[in-house]
Amino acid sequence: MRLILELILPALLIVCALAVTFSKRLLVSVVIYTSFSIIMSVIWVLLESPDLAITEAAVGAGVSGLLLIYTLKKIHALKGTSDE
Amino acid sequence: MEHLLINHYETAAVILFGIGFLNLLLQNNLVKKVIGFGIMDSAVYLFLASQGYIVGRLAPILVGEVANAADYINPIPAGLVLTGIVVSVSVTAFSLALIQRLYQKYKTVNFDEIVQLARQKGDE
Amino acid sequence: MSKMAKIKKEKQTAWQRFCAWVNGDTADRPLMPADPPAPRKTKTDKNKKQKTVSSRKEGIELNRFGSIYRICAVLIGVAVVTVLMVTVLQLPLFGSPDNPAVNEVVERYVEKGLEETGAVNMVAGMILDYRAFDTFGESSVLFLAVTCVTMLLMRDKNNTSKDEDLLTAREHVIEGYEEDIILTKIARLLIPCALVYGIYVVLNGHISPGGGFSGGTIMGSALILFAVSFGMIRMSRFFTYATFKKVTSCALLVYAASKAYSFFTGANHLESHIPLGTPGAILSSGLILILDICVGIVVACTMYGFYALFTKGEL
Repeated sequence: MRLILELILPALLIVCALAVTFSKRLLVSVVIYTSFSIIMSVIWVLLESPDLAITEAAVGAGVSGLLLIYTLKKIHALKGTSDE
Repeated sequence: MEHLLINHYETAAVILFGIGFLNLLLQNNLVKKVIGFGIMDSAVYLFLASQGYIVGRLAPILVGEVANAADYINPIPAGLVLTGIVVSVSVTAFSLALIQRLYQKYKTVNFDEIVQLARQKGDE
Repeated sequence: MSKMAKIKKEKQTAWQRFCAWVNGDTADRPLMPADPPAPRKTKTDKNKKQKTVSSRKEGIELNRFGSIYRICAVLIGVAVVTVLMVTVLQLPLFGSPDNPAVNEVVERYVEKGLEETGAVNMVAGMILDYRAFDTFGESSVLFLAVTCVTMLLMRDKNNTSKDEDLLTAREHVIEGYEEDIILTKIARLLIPCALVYGIYVVLNGHISPGGGFSGGTIMGSALILFAVSFGMIRMSRFFTYATFKKVTSCALLVYAASKAYSFFTGANHLESHIPLGTPGAILSSGLILILDICVGIVVACTMYGFYALFTKGEL
């Protein structure tokens, strides 16, 4: 069970990275990048480093995703807002 | 091939590094360049942390009075990566701020268009 | 002779300009010249009309350069990945205990760490005791980053046009009246929990996973949630640019002072002579608790500062 998880999670990381690369809309790639960080934090738990898991979940999935989305708003790349 | 499967975290880290590197070189959109840079960061951290892991040992949070080094994993990569994650978010924020300023000036985040507009300004 | 004089004059002016720049007097030559760019459409139209003939030639050249660049980039990327893969093939097996990374330093850290630092969480003991100067440098990097973002995005006369000012004023007015009821109700429940959890993670950094960085980020995201749901105006009642400056620099100075203290008490591997207490209690492990709190405050302020500068351009 653990071995399967250990093989699936890195594969999912690579899939996420490819999806970020090839997605057309910027918002989609930002959201996928956030999920990349969440998968990363699960991998930190598997690698027995809970400090890193907490930090990655708060920083990668929380703050940097927020900063990216606000940048998208500033550069008028979000659909469905009054800024576009 | 078997070796790569056993070292699957390292292999994934190398592939992710390649993807992030190509993103950094080939994407025209500056935001995607920044995301590619973040992927490269994560790949390096994954590589470091997987070097510190030892099968069957616990996280370095000591239990009991006497600590035996054979019970815990290597704490050094965890410390290094913890430092790195927080620095990488400040790098991301700084480059995103630069992108916002570029957008204010040129009204685009496409790298080629920015280069062309800057050249035209130089000609005038 | 006249040439010399000219050079001297130029040098003088450069020196004077440098002095003026250091003093912050950039009125005559602003660091970032503000020229509000024209709206997108008209600009591209103009460019198209003017540059059709010359740009075609340039475009072909650019295309050729672009394709060569692309091929080179892919080749370089593949080469890098191949070299790294070969390196991975030479690495020791994943998770083996005789990995060369597991050396006498690790043994020393794990076996002597508890009695020397008093921290149960070895990672915290390492980054805040053995390598505390490294962490100090890192908190300074965070402070530096938020300073740079302030320089780039802070709103003032030089970098905003009148239209943008009007737009932000309108947004302020809208924000004052409109309150999303679901968001505010949920936020009222969530913010105290997030804040308390962040403080818990910071205070328990030396006895459980966590520490200054993660706890600081959690507290910072609680502040961000407050700002999102209740508006920047209510946020500015208790958190302004002045408080930000004071709190962050005080935390950094306390960090520096409490680490410099160990210089005076014993130069030998930076002992601090502060009683370590019983391992596992909150008030234990000497300086680590104080340093954790300082780092947490710096990180929380930095995260909120990034958010505030990115949205409104002011703290």
